[in-house]
Amino acid sequence: MIGTNFVANYGEEIAMILFGIGFANLLLQKNLIKKIIGLNIMDTAVYLFLAEKGYISGRAAPIVVNGVQSVEAYINPIPSGLVLTGIVVSVSVSALMLSLTVRLYKRYHTLDLDEISSRLKKEGL
Amino acid sequence: MEFVQNVPFFSIMISMFSGIISSVLPGKAARRLNTAAVSLIGLMSAWLLAYMVRVGGSYTFMMGHFPAPWGNEIRAGALEAAMALVFCIIMLLSLLGGRKKLVEEVELSKHNIYYILTDLMLSSLLALIYTNDLFTAYVFVEINTISACGLIMIRQNGRTIEAAVRYMIMSLLGSGLLLMGICMLYDLTGHLLMSNIKESVQHIVATGTYRIPMMITIGLMTVGLAIKSALFPFHSWLPDAYGYSTVSSAAILSSLVSKGYIFLLLKIFYRVIGFPVIRGSGIVNVLFVFGLMGMIFGSVSAIMEKDVRRMIAFSSVAQIGYIYMGFGLGTTPGVVASIFHILAHASTKSLLFISAIGLTDVSNGSRSFFDLTGAAYRNKIAGVGFTVGSLSMVGIPMFAGFVSKLLFAEAAVQTGPRRMLPAMVVLAVSTVLNAIYFLKTVLRIYTPEKRSVIEAKGFSSITVGKQKLYTATIVLFVILNLVLGMFSEPIIRILQTGLANFA
Repeated sequence: MIGTNFVANYGEEIAMILFGIGFANLLLQKNLIKKIIGLNIMDTAVYLFLAEKGYISGRAAPIVVNGVQSVEAYINPIPSGLVLTGIVVSVSVSALMLSLTVRLYKRYHTLDLDEISSRLKKEGL
Repeated sequence: MEFVQNVPFFSIMISMFSGIISSVLPGKAARRLNTAAVSLIGLMSAWLLAYMVRVGGSYTFMMGHFPAPWGNEIRAGALEAAMALVFCIIMLLSLLGGRKKLVEEVELSKHNIYYILTDLMLSSLLALIYTNDLFTAYVFVEINTISACGLIMIRQNGRTIEAAVRYMIMSLLGSGLLLMGICMLYDLTGHLLMSNIKESVQHIVATGTYRIPMMITIGLMTVGLAIKSALFPFHSWLPDAYGYSTVSSAAILSSLVSKGYIFLLLKIFYRVIGFPVIRGSGIVNVLFVFGLMGMIFGSVSAIMEKDVRRMIAFSSVAQIGYIYMGFGLGTTPGVVASIFHILAHASTKSLLFISAIGLTDVSNGSRSFFDLTGAAYRNKIAGVGFTVGSLSMVGIPMFAGFVSKLLFAEAAVQTGPRRMLPAMVVLAVSTVLNAIYFLKTVLRIYTPEKRSVIEAKGFSSITVGKQKLYTATIVLFVILNLVLGMFSEPIIRILQTGLANFA
């Protein structure tokens, strides 16, 4: 069943599809770099969703120019603020994941997490 | 406003700034600063707890001079203060007990980094406990994840880095779902402050609109936090992360990190959505089923494990199952039982990790079950600690674990037949399984080993006098456990009134 807003809300739908793609990649890929790409797709999808929800068509970014102070002139600034905070978090998390990947690659010369696990079992540390 | 009401704000700031200052201090000074900060925050939380018990109720604290719907808020009551107090005590004792091992296992140049991470961990836990803003909670969830990852991999070997990667992947899946849930909830309600969200949610539920989005939002947030706190099917990262990291990290991770997420989930249930709506949504049934499965499968995995550290780690899976089973009962007594079990499990599991390291140390560092034969004679105080921890986990009276099992059983009886029967049966089965692997280990460490074998394998022994700090830590842990077990009634009363003022 398709509701009346199905076509109008295409941005949110794309965000959800991207979120699913990112989530599946982070969960299912064996390659660590592909996992991190999945993570970034997932986080970006959330930001797209937020930006899409905060946007009110026909209004400008919430920066006061030419002395226009009417609430009617601007979009909702809070989702934009949340997106900024979220970007900071996801940058730091991606950096941490990448540094861990570098560590593992230097040790085992592979990016395949399952391969690394099976080698660790063989080492029996 | 009384001065004591500033305590939540000060606790978060003290722990965060001591982390920042530690980055320019040498390892030893960072350690002293950390010990001082954790003790100070513990004392302040005790002060706040005494005040809140005397005054009753809860209060909100405005962060930065913006009033309610716009600004950020802290909210504190007896329950939050009690949590902060117990978390501080356990963190302090875990760090004291693992100090010697940390010196052996981690390079000296990295010691101040370790204490930065623990300071950040404490500040994020306190923020999760006190915050009244959902997005702030998300940010601190991520800080918690990052510092937990650092605590796992501070001891550098292949196993810990792999465990840290697996931990990060699972955690990031969880926080992705949580973030999506928070964003959807913001879109539905237009608020980020928990109390304001609740008003809007009640309005939405009363008018009967947005039923499916609300269900999806609740589902996303619950599943996200369940993944992060290692509820049964999502526990694959847990044994490696707890089993191979340095012992203080293992104790902190198992007893505090997952509990912080569970506390946030409790907050979402009670303060953000409202418990009647949660009960109506059916998510409690899901938690109930997975909690029960975790109680069985965690214990079965622990029985099959030959490595003592991994065995204790798998036992955590079962205990997290208990906590979610209490939520799944969907009644206030069930939730009180879960909160008490958070405290009981936190104090017991850290004791078990700390005393297990004493036992493996005198067994030439071998963690294999068979090498631990007679280890309690070689390190007497560790043997006592491990026995107390095991008895508490199994649920012997006088110890903390017994009280939480009793509370779970009482709560299950009160819920009606559909949940009572499975809950009681699984509680009984899980207790027997706990007894199998814990008492098996206790018997093993108190079975004398032949002198020839000890000499052949090069096992050492250590007296109480040579490890004064370690002995003191174990004694304090045992006292904490006995206090939780024997003076449970006033504690439960504080938790009950705290929970009533929590929503």
